[in-house]
Amino acid sequence: MLVEAGHFALALALGLSLIQFIVPLWGARANDPVLMSVAPATGLAVFGCIAFAFLALTMAYVTSDFSVLNVVENSHSAKPLIYKISGVWGNHEGSMLLWVLILSLFGSVVALARNTIPLRLQANTLAVQAAITIAFLLFILVASNPFTRIVPAPAEGQDLNPLLQDPGLAIHPPLLYIGYVGFSISFAFACAALIDGRIDAVWARIVRPWTLGAWAFLTLGIAMGSYWAYYELGWGGWWFWDPVENASLMPWLAGTALLHSTVVMEKRDALKVWTILLAILTFSLSLLGTFLVRSGVLTSVHSFAVDPERGTFILAILILFIGGSLALFAWRAPMLKQGGLFAPVSREGALVLNNLFLATACATVFIGTLYPLALEVLTGEKISVGAPFFNFTFLPLIVPLLLLLPFGQTLAWKRGNFLGTAQRLYAVFGIAIVVTLAMFAFEYGGPVAAPLGIGLGVYLVLGAFNEIVTRSWSKGTPLPVAWRKAANLPRSTWGTVLAHAGVGLTVIGIAATAWGVEGLATVKIGSSVKAGDYEARLERVVPRTEANFREDVAIFTILRNGNDLGTLESMKRLYVTRGMPTTEAGIMTVGLGQVYVSLGEVQADGSVGVRLYYKPLVLLIWIGALVMALGGGVSLTDRRLRIGAPARAKTGSAAPVPAE
Amino acid sequence: MTRKQRRLTLIGFAGAILAIALGLVLYAMNDTIVFFNSPADIQAKNVQPGTRLRLGGLVKEGTVQRGADQQITFEVMDGQASLKVHYKGLLPDLFREGQGVVAEGVLESATMFRADSVLAKHDENYMPREVADTLKKQGHWQGEADAAPKTQ
Repeated sequence: MLVEAGHFALALALGLSLIQFIVPLWGARANDPVLMSVAPATGLAVFGCIAFAFLALTMAYVTSDFSVLNVVENSHSAKPLIYKISGVWGNHEGSMLLWVLILSLFGSVVALARNTIPLRLQANTLAVQAAITIAFLLFILVASNPFTRIVPAPAEGQDLNPLLQDPGLAIHPPLLYIGYVGFSISFAFACAALIDGRIDAVWARIVRPWTLGAWAFLTLGIAMGSYWAYYELGWGGWWFWDPVENASLMPWLAGTALLHSTVVMEKRDALKVWTILLAILTFSLSLLGTFLVRSGVLTSVHSFAVDPERGTFILAILILFIGGSLALFAWRAPMLKQGGLFAPVSREGALVLNNLFLATACATVFIGTLYPLALEVLTGEKISVGAPFFNFTFLPLIVPLLLLLPFGQTLAWKRGNFLGTAQRLYAVFGIAIVVTLAMFAFEYGGPVAAPLGIGLGVYLVLGAFNEIVTRSWSKGTPLPVAWRKAANLPRSTWGTVLAHAGVGLTVIGIAATAWGVEGLATVKIGSSVKAGDYEARLERVVPRTEANFREDVAIFTILRNGNDLGTLESMKRLYVTRGMPTTEAGIMTVGLGQVYVSLGEVQADGSVGVRLYYKPLVLLIWIGALVMALGGGVSLTDRRLRIGAPARAKTGSAAPVPAE
Repeated sequence: MTRKQRRLTLIGFAGAILAIALGLVLYAMNDTIVFFNSPADIQAKNVQPGTRLRLGGLVKEGTVQRGADQQITFEVMDGQASLKVHYKGLLPDLFREGQGVVAEGVLESATMFRADSVLAKHDENYMPREVADTLKKQGHWQGEADAAPKTQ
């Protein structure tokens, strides 16, 4: 019953979305506030319906209702509860439902923020949102219905793909989707501005928190996915330039550019048309990501078995929204009033450069990801574009951007002074160079890239915090005063500083991978495998049985230069229902580095292949991403950006706001 | 600076960065991409030794040999030809005789391939797409027949 009710709720949501699409648009044209205010009401109702449908499906999973095909295909009664719940989105149908749930959730938040957004903008925005909701609800109802029943119902389900039976599945897709779908709000606002033909700094101020929030979640989602792949796949790598990873990186790059161009628009009323275009492109790339991952065009862990009908449907959605919004842009953008140009050496000039580099880097990733597909369609030749391509094209574009980053952050608005700015960064330069040289001396003869990368990272972290120092302390200021000044700096300044420092931390983590060591050996009980100073000694292998899998647990003692660091468990599992083996890497954290042990097959004579890695500072890669997202979060708490605090923002903006 | 000069500066910068990016992409396209081939393709195209490529096919039954220190050799076949592969490392969980596999590495000679990575299926339903396509072309495809429920 509940399942049918959920199905019905989805259909109801589709009907309501149609109203949410047509009536407010009409109202905005006719300038009728009553019609326009239909948008928030229907927005909330659509969210209610979809949330109900989602709950209904979740209940079917929790109670292991095997009369529902989707549950049969992806669940098992013996599966732990957390994987029953996360299994809801561990498959194609359920993940699309989660996508549209988050879409409507964002719609309802826009609906509730009626005090901060002018009615007309809100109505148009929600109408555009409704159009996206309609397309995806149609897709779900027609081509990928999670509520389909199966008769007769089997007694047991087929279990979830073991690679997905991991806490990562509970966290990674929701975070990533909040990011992807969050950009739909920027997109909807951009389209609304185009429909209305009006755009100004107020628009930028309204849109910026949404972009910021989506960006922070996407950052977390990508970092989580990266860490998950690192510990689950057993290859010890954290980024493979896999098309599916690139699909999430592209919206992140475009979104980062959007975030920065919105700042220029808010402060200087410039870059309007470009910002609108970026908003459209960012969400288009998010849609493309969904398409690439879900249509079966690319095969990877992420593409659940799909039929061609779905691929065609998603492709149609893609063409409709990307093509439609770009056409709208081509038609309406020339009518928007252009903002002013500005001096090349200034904060806004630096932000334009940031946008140029990010957009170009995004374009190279785009080419590398889609070129193989295009070539195969055109010539039938199959190629793979892997890490060498991206390292060669992406890095030369990102490194100059990173070198310029502390500069841009230090430059003044309107008219900056290059030498003066450089002067403020002298100390930062100095320390970074000393660190680099120290690294060279310390690791004499080691890889060249590592010390340079570490130096760059240190430069970024210090360069970020340099802003706090220069703004709160000058020679002779007593420390308590400086401290109070620093604490009173706007939250958005602290957000910027944290986000940029996070980039630096990630760079340090990536650079340090060059010092990683690995060893490979076939070991018997009592013998060991070595990598650099580290050694893993196989103590014993014990079998263990859990509810839905059996495993052989290999217990290792980890030694550094002969000193015992403790024990670590690495597993070979067999998931009984699917008969599928998996390897669970054993990981021990030593400071910010990790010892990583991956098992091969256990051979007839009891010996086992073992790969041992030691990865210094590897945790910084993800810690950096967390700090970036934290920066986004801190920035969101800035009073001027807080959603739902319009009155204060108005009085606040009467006072002079310090440039940041 | 006049308005025109400012605009030109911007266009100049954008043009320069795009040109650099384009140059890098074109250069990398020549140098870093890897072609996918089956053993039969390698014979037919007369691929030169020393070429880096992705080799795909089925692991020939009875050819997997394990040496000391995780040295492994096996043959990859596609119904028309087969090629011996050397690999040192851990094999993926779903590596099986008679199953699909993709190995990336360098063709050492016409009869020997040295792999630095070996990929197998991601789960029991999945065969690397390139392999599935090759087998379909040659009429060796059985994946769907196996997967379909048996009717009696």
